[in-house]
Amino acid sequence: MTTAASRPRRSRSAPGFVAGYVILLAAFGVVPTVYAIYYAFTDSGGAFAGLSNFAVAAADFRFLPSIGHVALYLVCWLAALVVFVVGLALLLHRLGARGVGRALRLLYYLPGALAGAASVLVWLFVLDPAVSPVGFLLRAVGYQTFGQVIAPGNLPVLFAMIAFWTGAGGWIVVMYGALNTISPEVLEAARIDGAGAWQTARRIQIPLLRKWIVYMVILAFAGGTQLFVEPQLLSQASVGVAGRDYSPNQLSYDFAFQNDDVNTAAAISVELLVVGLVVAAVFVVRSGFFDAD
Amino acid sequence: MLLTRALMRSLIWGFFSRAHPPPRPSGRAPHRRGAAMIRRIRTVALLAAGAALTLAATACGGAADSTAGAKDGFTQAPQSDGPLTVWVDSTRLPAAQLYQKQHPAVKMDIVTYDGDANGSNYLQTKVSLFNRTGNGWPDVVFSSQNNEATWAVTAKFAAPLNKGLLPQSLLDGWARNANQPCTVDGTVYCLRNDLAQTVLWYDATLMAQWGYQVPTTWEQYEALGKKVAAEHPGYLVGAAGDTFTPEIYLWASKCGANHITGPKAVTVNTTSPACTRMASLLDSLIAARSMSAGSVFSSDFDKNEADKILMMPGPSWYGGSLFQGTFKTPKGRIAVAPMPQWSDDPSPAVGNVGGGTWLLSAHSAHLKAATDFLTWVTTSDDYQGKVAVGYPAYAPAAKTWLAAQSAAGYYANDVIGPLQAAAGQVWPDWGYGQFSQEAIWAATVTPGLTAGKSLVSMLPAWQQAIADYARSDGYQVTR
Repeated sequence: MTTAASRPRRSRSAPGFVAGYVILLAAFGVVPTVYAIYYAFTDSGGAFAGLSNFAVAAADFRFLPSIGHVALYLVCWLAALVVFVVGLALLLHRLGARGVGRALRLLYYLPGALAGAASVLVWLFVLDPAVSPVGFLLRAVGYQTFGQVIAPGNLPVLFAMIAFWTGAGGWIVVMYGALNTISPEVLEAARIDGAGAWQTARRIQIPLLRKWIVYMVILAFAGGTQLFVEPQLLSQASVGVAGRDYSPNQLSYDFAFQNDDVNTAAAISVELLVVGLVVAAVFVVRSGFFDAD
Repeated sequence: MLLTRALMRSLIWGFFSRAHPPPRPSGRAPHRRGAAMIRRIRTVALLAAGAALTLAATACGGAADSTAGAKDGFTQAPQSDGPLTVWVDSTRLPAAQLYQKQHPAVKMDIVTYDGDANGSNYLQTKVSLFNRTGNGWPDVVFSSQNNEATWAVTAKFAAPLNKGLLPQSLLDGWARNANQPCTVDGTVYCLRNDLAQTVLWYDATLMAQWGYQVPTTWEQYEALGKKVAAEHPGYLVGAAGDTFTPEIYLWASKCGANHITGPKAVTVNTTSPACTRMASLLDSLIAARSMSAGSVFSSDFDKNEADKILMMPGPSWYGGSLFQGTFKTPKGRIAVAPMPQWSDDPSPAVGNVGGGTWLLSAHSAHLKAATDFLTWVTTSDDYQGKVAVGYPAYAPAAKTWLAAQSAAGYYANDVIGPLQAAAGQVWPDWGYGQFSQEAIWAATVTPGLTAGKSLVSMLPAWQQAIADYARSDGYQVTR
């Protein structure tokens, strides 16, 4: 998918360009990570504690349920993400750069422009039949009150919907960009060979998008395991009826600020990091992500 | 390092709203969607940001050490001039504003927050952050919860009040046992704002019009509930969809769900007859549809059910904040009766829903000003007697408050007798642990109630959840 780059030239301004990123990455990525690892293996007095913090976390009555919640949520969210993002990007690509396509591109991207918490807030109103602009839809499927909408069984789907609405637009635009890098000659050849839209998508476009899809899944998986804002906001909005201690990240937060146990909180964070890294590694190796084309 | 600390502090503080939203007419900061939700959202956003920043802050090390000596029972920070920082919920905002108006010389920084409503734990989270950064604590803070002393003492946030800061003669003015939730080993760490004893609110006009007698026993109450369901469908004799439902009904029924027996010990038994007979009463009335399964503070209730209330067992603050404030029930309709009792139980008992507490920071650099404000806000007739929506915990102010309630002529009968009697009947075996009973009920029982499960069937799960949360806070749990 990459085109041959022009011969790399050493530039003196390059370090300046990356410095901003590197400094922020170190301050808000690397240092906190190292710090969390340090905390995860020490006790409140700072002495080495082995795996005891991990044991405390695993023994907590909220731990396994929270993992189950997030696993279910990930299934809904990743499936929706891959299917709809790829589908909508293909659709956009067929519409081409004409007016409708352009308008849709903007439309898909818009929700992502709202700050995370604000866009979740929008959903809290949408999901309350008493104030929702689509309240008639909710009532039509049998939901009369906010409490019924946020029943425990509905939560994975609701969170996946919110996450899709806030996060998928950017990916649709990225996939659309990736589709544009596919050489027109290839598509032309497919057309001459008699491939329709479906055949072209299935045999040409999706295989060529594979790395982008893997990239999206890796990031979405890491983001999904760290689910926090959606359930935390819902928990506040529903006075604790739904979303309390829903995800491991919330549990970590509770350990840190309600049980005053930063070490166990750090242990859960480290577990999330390890899960994210392992899954990323598996996807990278299996998909040949770093292979040159 | 200094730079990072300063940056950290400004980031945390930058999130705070300095704007003063209009006071909510409601009582102890119950939840309502809309503006309240926006505030909550902002709160959560800043909590999340604060959490993310904590690691960075703690990386930069220790808290500022105070060098002053021990006085009044705790190590005091060096005293200085500067604004008195007061945190209140929106219901208590008029108190702080009135104080500022009456004491223009005092520099005040008034911050509104959610008041820890429904066990949000906001205050504990912030204090935990401030303990790490070594500054930022408010001087005086109001909480709508009565269990703050369970963590605020070990977190070294709450200052002891009866070791020199306040004279014992003043503290003796509080209603009997009112400051019990604030007392740890004989030391008082907070002051109760108001009592929230439960009574039976009812619509006197409708009761007379339909020829009903106000029930005095739970048996009569249940019978009347079924009669109302048959004769006047749609009308309500109560609501059981709030997070504090167990505090209204099960507490009054002497259900031993929350018997705090020591600083870290609790006895939980939710399947005794005291619990099951009240739960099945609620189940039968919910099934008959004369008991709402929705929250009285939901937009849905306000829209569809608020004008269909015949009776409503609830705390003393329902009168001012719910009927007068939220539902705007016309003058002369709402009356008060004593809470019904079980006919076979000779000793009357009522529940209690919140009441709220005021804490004074042990880190305050303005102890004199903070103590003056704390004293005024909890005892003055100007606020507690004449402005407060709840029944003041400070007895002399309660007298003024009751007289003012009678004089205002809003209620259809004399509220003094039933409210005063109920104040002394709060069943003492329901305590205040570090875990929030309201939050546990909300997460464990409310979804089932919404889905149509019976309360009786959920009592064992409720017990399990209380035990689990209590243990996670380090409590010894017995049955």
